[in-house]
Amino acid sequence: MEDSHVEILSASTPKLRIGIDGGDDKNWRRRVNGVEVSVPIVCGSIAFFRGKKAKEYRTHNWSVYVRGATNEDLGVVIRKVIFHLHPSFKNPTRVVESPPFTLSECGWGEFKIDITVFFHADACERKLELSHLLKLNPEIYSGPQSPNVPVVTESYNEIVFPDPFECFLARAHNHPAVHVSKLPEGFNLPPPPPGVAADESYYKMKKGDTKDHPLSHWFLKFSEADELFKLTATRHKVQADIAELKRRLVVVDAQPEQF
Amino acid sequence: MGGTDAKDILGLPKTPLSLTQEKKSRPQKESHRKPDGISREVYALTGGVAPLMPSIDVTHLKRRPPPDEKVAWQWLPVKSSARNDDLQLFHWVRVVNDVPPSGDYSFAKYNKSVDVLKYTDDEYENHLTDPVWSKEETDQLFEYCERFDLRFTVIADRFPLSRTVEELKDRYYSVTRSLLRARAQSPSDLANHPLMKEPYDMTRDRERKRALSMVLSQSRHQEKKDAEILAEAKRITEMRLAARRAAEPDVPANENIGSVSPSSNSQLPATAVAPSTLTMADYASTLASLRMLHVYLRTYGLEQMVQAASSAVGLRTIKRVEQTLQDLGVNLKPKVPTKTVCDEHLELRKEILTLLNLQKQLQYKESEGSSHREGAYASMPDTPKDRVFASEPFSFGAERPIKKEQKRKGPGRQSDTPSPAHKRPRKLKASDL
Repeated sequence: MEDSHVEILSASTPKLRIGIDGGDDKNWRRRVNGVEVSVPIVCGSIAFFRGKKAKEYRTHNWSVYVRGATNEDLGVVIRKVIFHLHPSFKNPTRVVESPPFTLSECGWGEFKIDITVFFHADACERKLELSHLLKLNPEIYSGPQSPNVPVVTESYNEIVFPDPFECFLARAHNHPAVHVSKLPEGFNLPPPPPGVAADESYYKMKKGDTKDHPLSHWFLKFSEADELFKLTATRHKVQADIAELKRRLVVVDAQPEQF
Repeated sequence: MGGTDAKDILGLPKTPLSLTQEKKSRPQKESHRKPDGISREVYALTGGVAPLMPSIDVTHLKRRPPPDEKVAWQWLPVKSSARNDDLQLFHWVRVVNDVPPSGDYSFAKYNKSVDVLKYTDDEYENHLTDPVWSKEETDQLFEYCERFDLRFTVIADRFPLSRTVEELKDRYYSVTRSLLRARAQSPSDLANHPLMKEPYDMTRDRERKRALSMVLSQSRHQEKKDAEILAEAKRITEMRLAARRAAEPDVPANENIGSVSPSSNSQLPATAVAPSTLTMADYASTLASLRMLHVYLRTYGLEQMVQAASSAVGLRTIKRVEQTLQDLGVNLKPKVPTKTVCDEHLELRKEILTLLNLQKQLQYKESEGSSHREGAYASMPDTPKDRVFASEPFSFGAERPIKKEQKRKGPGRQSDTPSPAHKRPRKLKASDL
């Protein structure tokens, strides 16, 4: 895998090759074990009923997207996203090569959208598959849809890079979209030399966070606090019950056979 | 019965009695007896009409010998090639047309015997001596083998010196092999002889018999345990194989499950320990395989770990864990799957597994101890809810406390009220008294 990466880079620009073939090469392809990079994302869709303008096959305007959970720029990690639409769409394979990774369309049907995420070469050479169910109509019918109130379906997830490459860590560890688990003691990340990082595509991409995205005020906020609280509270209860049962087991064991 | 109509249609006589005259069309059913009384009733059942098509062809039922043959049975002497003495035996013989049957006694062909090799004294001196076996013994053994057609259990019973069956077999087969080897003109002659291709191994035979007797004498309980453990082992090896295939060789080589053959039953640790060691291996290999992916979604990672945790238990237990989670108001799949949330979720699932396990143990023990004990608190807690609200064991009838952190999980779902649609049958409860 590592060999093919080197080939990709050298094929794209001769300039980059110099940096890589130098003694630093081995360092940059080294993985940092025990460290985890995670990128919180939200995968979702927003659908507006077209109201008066609705036609039989064009009832809703909708957008599907992969955004940073706190609306940070995912371009630091993601190189491109492919949205696989229903085959009834023209050119159902829609490629988005720069952030914000959004796709907008007009249609009438709900379907599962397969999403393939490609990363910068220094992060990972494998792609990641997600899927999202496009919803146009609200779960509970509450009267005719208003064209001003969209149906928003979002789900939170995290892209995890276990044992990330050193070069990737160096480049991305301070970026707000990226969370890095605790680095080992005394670990020093050298600053990345210019030019030796991701592909050229990284530098060509326009910066794209979704903080000012036109749809951003519909985005949901995801906080782990509630769920975490619930989980820890439940764990405490279960632990207490376990203790109680253990006590009772001891009692039963101690009893001589009766009846 | 509408029998008369049917008879009209068919043009048959109306009285059932006349049917007895039609031999051909009357099926030979056991229920149709000659006596009129019974047959009339039975005929009446069928509408008083015999079936149009005879279901059994009468002629097939009793094949009588052709009338021109004369068959007699005679008490005649019998000659059998299987006998090599002069004993004259008699038996009944079916004689047809005064011609007794020809040919050998029909069972003589089953008189097979074994080709037991005979060795000369020279051969014995040269090839067959053995520290443990004397010549007399070996001679005696071979004589018995010939006499008893290699029935070693019989030979062992009669052998003057007490030798085990395996020892006798071993001696016989090794002698025969040596003889064959010594006598063979060329090695290729030997190659096909079954004794050369699969030599007898005394220790293996012993082991095999011991293992067999152990398997046969296993109690049902042990059988079940064995089956479970074998299934675990299989699952683990499969997972490991998958992890190894995806991985480079840095899969942590953790737990050794120990030999799983039935003969090592007694050496296996107690049931409580075995499953936990197995799941540790599952976790380790799951983690390894996740790392080998280089990138994955947190939810996927959690799924895999949950699977690893559930691999040691059956489907029903998994369902019970999920039911418990629902009862406790926890999402089966976390809505905000951060690392911490996922870790907590996994730990919670594991704890619930422990809880259910303990409940089962307690049930088992309590029912063992006494099956007639009454009383609310002594009765087995049948739902996790009973345990969860342990602080108020007798207030099932009362209002359940509404938790403050009640959150809308989805449209209309109330997480705290006990769902009356509990599928499990409820046993004696406090509120029932």
